[in-house]
Amino acid sequence: MKIVALVKQTFDSEAKIALEGGKINRQGISLIMNPYDEYAVEEALKLKEKHGGEVTVVTVGPDEATEAVRQALAMGADQSILVNPGTEDIDEYTTAKILAKAVSGLEYDLIIGGFRAIDDGSAQVAGRVAEILNLPVVNMVTKLEVDGGKAIATSDIEGGSAVMEVPLPAVITAQKGLNEPRYPSMKGIMQAKKKPLKKIGLSDLGLDASQVAAKVKVLSYSLPPARAAGKIIPGEPAEAAAALAKALREEAKII
Amino acid sequence: MNFKLTEEQELLRKTVRDFAENEIGPKAAEMDEKEDYDWSLWDKMAEMGLTGIVFPEKYGGAGMDYISYALATEELARVDASSSVVIAAHTSLCSWPIYAFGNEEQKQRFLVPLAEGKKLGALGLTEPSAGSDAGAVKLSAVPDGNDYILNGTKTFITNGGKGDIYVVVVSTDKAKKHRGTAAFVVEKDTPGFTFGKKEHKLGIRASYTYELIFENCRVPKENMLGSDGEGFKIAMATLDGGRISIAAQAVGIAQGAYEQALAYSKIREQFGRPISANQGIQWMLADMHTRIEAARLLTLHSAYLRDAGQSHTKESAMAKLYAAECSMWVTVKAVQIFGGYGYSREYPVERMMRDAKITEIYEGTSEVQRIVIANNILR
Repeated sequence: MKIVALVKQTFDSEAKIALEGGKINRQGISLIMNPYDEYAVEEALKLKEKHGGEVTVVTVGPDEATEAVRQALAMGADQSILVNPGTEDIDEYTTAKILAKAVSGLEYDLIIGGFRAIDDGSAQVAGRVAEILNLPVVNMVTKLEVDGGKAIATSDIEGGSAVMEVPLPAVITAQKGLNEPRYPSMKGIMQAKKKPLKKIGLSDLGLDASQVAAKVKVLSYSLPPARAAGKIIPGEPAEAAAALAKALREEAKII
Repeated sequence: MNFKLTEEQELLRKTVRDFAENEIGPKAAEMDEKEDYDWSLWDKMAEMGLTGIVFPEKYGGAGMDYISYALATEELARVDASSSVVIAAHTSLCSWPIYAFGNEEQKQRFLVPLAEGKKLGALGLTEPSAGSDAGAVKLSAVPDGNDYILNGTKTFITNGGKGDIYVVVVSTDKAKKHRGTAAFVVEKDTPGFTFGKKEHKLGIRASYTYELIFENCRVPKENMLGSDGEGFKIAMATLDGGRISIAAQAVGIAQGAYEQALAYSKIREQFGRPISANQGIQWMLADMHTRIEAARLLTLHSAYLRDAGQSHTKESAMAKLYAAECSMWVTVKAVQIFGGYGYSREYPVERMMRDAKITEIYEGTSEVQRIVIANNILR
């Protein structure tokens, strides 16, 4: 089966975000593959190992996003496409439009991506791609089985889970728990450099900047307030527990 | 000059760092405390191909260069020196001499399972009375038909006890001294080959260090690497490469301790401000960072020379000497920055300080490195 994995390069989850002039300062921040996309890549590879076929990784981002793509190739993906939109001013509409266009030129039975990216956390892109390509979508999947032209996916829903069936091709978004992503092997890292990595721009997809111009404009960014210091309640367990209950009721007002 | 790592080397560094932090890090303190290695980590390292980084794919390796090997060793040591010792002794000291001096049959038989991580390797060189003077080995090998009969002991053998395949340096003709030596491959469970006591050590406590005992141990001639008389030569060539991995290990230990100290100095408050606000601490951190970078450059340079096929005996010795002394110095400073907490086993810097010391001793003491360097610049 032919699988397309959608990936995004994001800030490292441990990166310290700082603002400068109202914008996020990217200096010195290390970049990683969005962890939810790692689940997607891992699932694509597992399906390929089970059913045969190939995995194509597609990303929208600057040239430095090559690193995330190489990681997916080193994990075992077969080929990749990086579309550089030529601007940093993009939104979910831009990304989805470009991804859908890039994917529409490929053969696919399944499209899989993380359900959200850890940076903007909007959880929109894969759903939008499905909409543009007129495909069914199952979100926040924690278990996936593919069999005879259909996919059975267990999806997180509020307070529980649901098992859903969709005909292929379909779009699946990965939730934590779907799998444990593998580390790239040393051989995989060596092989990755021989695998196709197509770097293209909008014009290569027959798009121009006005067609994909962002519809949403970020007016400002702000950091969450610094967390206040914790409070240690000393004393014997029974007394301390009583003092804690009192503080929760009277100071924090949460019980 | 080009100081930039390749894309593959960057990805390898990141991969090994993630692996070490996620898989090994949570176990490092406990393995040290129990003086035992969690061998499920070995299986994971084998799966990733960390057990045969530098060997060609046809021998089960990843076909990477020594720079990659040094980077991987550094990243392992940054989190857990013992894990880097297990890999370094296996790769540089056992697999490499088989790769470099073994015939095709020996490579298929021994190197392939070693590189694939199906077998664990060790080198038997040091003896109770032959440490720095490696040419003085006494373990005797006497020909008998198509076999050799081995008698004697090896001491302080890393990966001993657990190892499956041992490269053992023996004396075949005592009168010829180091020219009367040979190297054999001996497999675990060969009759007459047993293990003596396990060493209890100051540092790298999770890694196994055992005595090897040979009592009328019969080893077929076909297990000899190279030819009779080449044992010392093989051992010295092996140590040339081994020094690069010990240098990388020393850099990794220092880097790990430095990062711990740096982070701690920013959160530890005394007299109403973080201790990093004190110039005394700042200068320590600046010196630690500078020395580590110098040690890393020496190490990667010697790896680069090896990859380029150039002589690197002096450079490897310099890298190992400087990195080891840097590692000891940096880890002592890291403990100092942590103060009382640094002396406690609750924080990893005391373990790192204990781990650092061995890098000044094994695979040639700092004194031997200075002899090697002096011999090279005075000749």
